[in-house]
Amino acid sequence: MPVLASVLDLIGNTPLVDVSALSPNPNVRILAKLEGHNPGGSVKDRIALSMIEDAEQKGVLAPGATLIEPSSGNTGIGMALVCRLKGYKLKIVLPGNVSVERRQLIELWGAEVIDSPAEQGSNGAVRMAQLLSSAHPEWTFLYQYGNLANPRAHYDGTGPEIWRDCPEITHFVAGLGTSGTLLGVGRFLKETNPQVQVWAVEPPTGDTVQGLRNLDDGYIPPIFAELGGADLLDRKTVVGPRDSIEWTRRLADLGVFAGISSGAALAGAVKCANAIDRGTIVFVSSDGGWKYLSTGAWTDELDVVVERTRRMTYF
Amino acid sequence: MPDVNLPTLLRQHAGGQRSVRVEGATIGEILASLQDEYPGMAGQLVTADGELHKFVNVYLNDDDVRYIDKLDTKVYEGDTISILPAVAGGSL
Repeated sequence: MPVLASVLDLIGNTPLVDVSALSPNPNVRILAKLEGHNPGGSVKDRIALSMIEDAEQKGVLAPGATLIEPSSGNTGIGMALVCRLKGYKLKIVLPGNVSVERRQLIELWGAEVIDSPAEQGSNGAVRMAQLLSSAHPEWTFLYQYGNLANPRAHYDGTGPEIWRDCPEITHFVAGLGTSGTLLGVGRFLKETNPQVQVWAVEPPTGDTVQGLRNLDDGYIPPIFAELGGADLLDRKTVVGPRDSIEWTRRLADLGVFAGISSGAALAGAVKCANAIDRGTIVFVSSDGGWKYLSTGAWTDELDVVVERTRRMTYF
Repeated sequence: MPDVNLPTLLRQHAGGQRSVRVEGATIGEILASLQDEYPGMAGQLVTADGELHKFVNVYLNDDDVRYIDKLDTKVYEGDTISILPAVAGGSL
């Protein structure tokens, strides 16, 4: 391996590992794309670098500029890493109910954490960042939900990597947050092989989020609407905390130490494997398990962890 | 008749019930029955153009019906339908 000039050069090129031992269908392979291998520990390093370098190229980031971004953790960590190395200041709006490790990682790279109400989850963090950004026009708001450099990181990176390593892919499964991974990888794969099916997995957040006055307060990521997400996805399924944790533990039995949203994506892949005759499913494991040790996800009794996870923003 | 789980926002229109049972062989028919039985929900689920409201997600046994057959998605005895508002999710 060549010597790399910067930690930023470690972003991307993550491994695929076969976890077909967990497939319920002997004719369906299941492969995990291990995004926890990125230097900041998650898939979000890709979009942090992509959005910041895109802003640099467009000339909207002056040296030493201050950035603000809402995050449930991983984007904040990725951006904190990139900003530390590139000399930008960073403020991350973080829901109060994320795991303590997420906050620590953001702070260890010098970013400031601004708390948003726990009971409003990611929705509340987005709204608070929008308000703060309006009040501080001198801050740069890259807005991962509305920034095309987010899906582009996956169209240019994650998607081609999967195709290079696994051209036999028939189904792609990933979690739906900003929708960047699904839009970027999904579009690349379908352009390359229109037969590939794209499945989204989401947590059942809709009803735990407080502060919605009516349905018109709802939110769809602007990039999802702009890039025709509704036409791109073939299936969208909800996976709750119990299934997410059970599948996260089964991954650990195979030596894959991954975060809780990886278990949700795997549960989606297993559902897909049950629904098809044969094929090869690639799912995204968004991060490693390190940031969730404090939640007791592997060590406490399942019912206790499920109850705790219901109150957390873990996706 | 399938069970329909209501989001917190809509329960006020159904006397506070979390879950109700209404008639219908498709998602469209179920939503129409809901709006007939609980007039407070009228216009909140299906638009005047007959499309699902953009900030409403309807799930048939955990699958978003937008990616099945939308309002024409067939519903069978024993199915569970959940209505949830679209909000900013996850892995930010």
